[in-house]
Amino acid sequence: MSAAHTVRAAAELTDSPQPARRRRPRKVREKYSWRESLAGYLFISPWLIGFLTFTVISMTWSLVLSFTDYNLATGRQTPVGFENYALVVEDPKVVTSLLNTFVFVVLSVPLELVLAMVLALLLNNVRRGSGLFRTLLYLPKMTPAVATAAVFLLLLNGNDGAINAVLEFFGLPGPQWLSDPDWVKPSIVVMGLWGVGGSMVLLLAALRNVPRELQEAAAVDGAGSAARFFRITVPMISPTVFFVVVVNTIAALQVFDQAYLLFYRDGNSNAPDAALFYGVYLFQQAFQQFNFGLAAAMAWLLFVIILGITAVQMLVGNRTVHYEGGR
Amino acid sequence: MATDVVSERIVTPASSAPRADSAQWAGPPRHRVAALAADVVQWTLLGAFSLLFLYPFVWLLSASLKPRGEIFDNRLIPLTVVWDNYVEVFNQLPLLSWMANSVVIALLSAGLMTISSSLVAFGFAYFRFPGKAWLFRLLLASMMLPGAVTLIPNYLIWRYLGWLGTSVPLWGAALFGSGFYIFLMRQFYLSLPKELFEAARVDGCSALGLFTRIAFPLALPASVIVFIFEFQASWNNFTGPLIYLNSTGVENFTVPLGIAHAMSVYSPTNGGHGDYQYVMVASLLVTLPMIAVFAFGQRYFVEGVASVGVKG
Repeated sequence: MSAAHTVRAAAELTDSPQPARRRRPRKVREKYSWRESLAGYLFISPWLIGFLTFTVISMTWSLVLSFTDYNLATGRQTPVGFENYALVVEDPKVVTSLLNTFVFVVLSVPLELVLAMVLALLLNNVRRGSGLFRTLLYLPKMTPAVATAAVFLLLLNGNDGAINAVLEFFGLPGPQWLSDPDWVKPSIVVMGLWGVGGSMVLLLAALRNVPRELQEAAAVDGAGSAARFFRITVPMISPTVFFVVVVNTIAALQVFDQAYLLFYRDGNSNAPDAALFYGVYLFQQAFQQFNFGLAAAMAWLLFVIILGITAVQMLVGNRTVHYEGGR
Repeated sequence: MATDVVSERIVTPASSAPRADSAQWAGPPRHRVAALAADVVQWTLLGAFSLLFLYPFVWLLSASLKPRGEIFDNRLIPLTVVWDNYVEVFNQLPLLSWMANSVVIALLSAGLMTISSSLVAFGFAYFRFPGKAWLFRLLLASMMLPGAVTLIPNYLIWRYLGWLGTSVPLWGAALFGSGFYIFLMRQFYLSLPKELFEAARVDGCSALGLFTRIAFPLALPASVIVFIFEFQASWNNFTGPLIYLNSTGVENFTVPLGIAHAMSVYSPTNGGHGDYQYVMVASLLVTLPMIAVFAFGQRYFVEGVASVGVKG
């Protein structure tokens, strides 16, 4: 059982901070009551056990898996060195799915931010009824992904879907959303935009936190509404904007549900390659082909990519984001 | 102070306030007209967006009432209304079992998650012990970990424990709390006055008693946020059931997995028999509880979401 691992790992984890304290002798050594410490550890023990099992052991196992060929039937792991990573890099489908995912991120993250911002500004400015509109605009976020996919499968239908009917009404030719490779990603972006409510509520909360006195003082000093928006509102809400961008990017890089439900739910092979996102391909390799070693290597590649992109965003963010009270 | 009063009236004018009252805060008539015009423009825009966002719901309702042949006819108002779809769906699909499974899993997840996250959060908020700051940083860092990395080994862990094909992997992880909820609850516990606990301690209250008698009851509003969030996450979860339940019998599915299954069976593009209206009925029925939850706990949702942003 994993209990033995857990206990051993728990001992290691709780011991390890002590050498760090010994290295800094000047710091006054805090006195801990052993009873209080014990109570504290007992209270946090559920998380400790879960963290060790489903994060520490899990990540270690995942790393080991990525260097092995795992036979699901026998449970035997044969070390294969970097072979899985070589396969990942050489696999044209990995390249395709990565490019698809990047295109999706570049399309969806900015569009969602702009739409969320427009809606949040409207809700913030309007003097009455913002509660009602906020509720209506947030409702799609409550809808299960499956229900969203089921109804958008109808709405996005290229021949007689409702969205194309509206486009036709305005004299625009409606695309074959679900079968034209060029329109597959926009169709998933459209589905995602329907759930813009989460980002919208975050931005709205940030807008409501901008002190009114600042705006009023600037107005008295003769700043126009555009100047007030870019000089006061934007810097004040920039930490939230940054947070929304980072979180949405991480989520978009792992996009799975919508693409799987629209194109891959019955494992048919005639799904357009344009809908093969990294998360979908990883799922196929892991749970349909049972190539756990290869899939683990793919997962680590994704992890490194996410870390890299987040790190770049942090670097840019540190230069551009304004933190109240400095940081 | 004076500006506060003014701005408060602007933001939240009492709905019963007579129009004449508005002249007091809106300044000269010219400004009042401009402000009203701005409102009308913004209402129109918000109204248009709201209609756009509600349209898929209306479509869902409409399609759920259509007969088999008319489901793809692209009419907003059904030519023939078939109320019987809502009865027939239970004969066509094991929807009742799916719902029971979903309810049990969501309640277990939400209940266990609320208790475990509260316990851990109280441990971090109240007690002093070696390595606390370090462990808490670890907890925050673990929130950033993408789920894809641990997906496969977690599957193998549940397999090793012999719980594949059961619903245990779908709620078992809730026993151990989760970073975001622990963070949220800890913030709340930190805001409680420490004297409260000291007084109870003097009276001989145990550590567990401090939690069950003082902290947890006082933190009930925050616990409701955790419960509602986790209930929604579990109810809407698709990937989990897909991985852990897909190889079992159809009657063991949750509603989302069942609907995905029904989409394959009834999708005409896949040689299915085109009874897509049942997919629509099931989709509507899986959405309704979430709308009810939102109507009941909207305040908690908005607070919970906003608290994430404040942290960010």
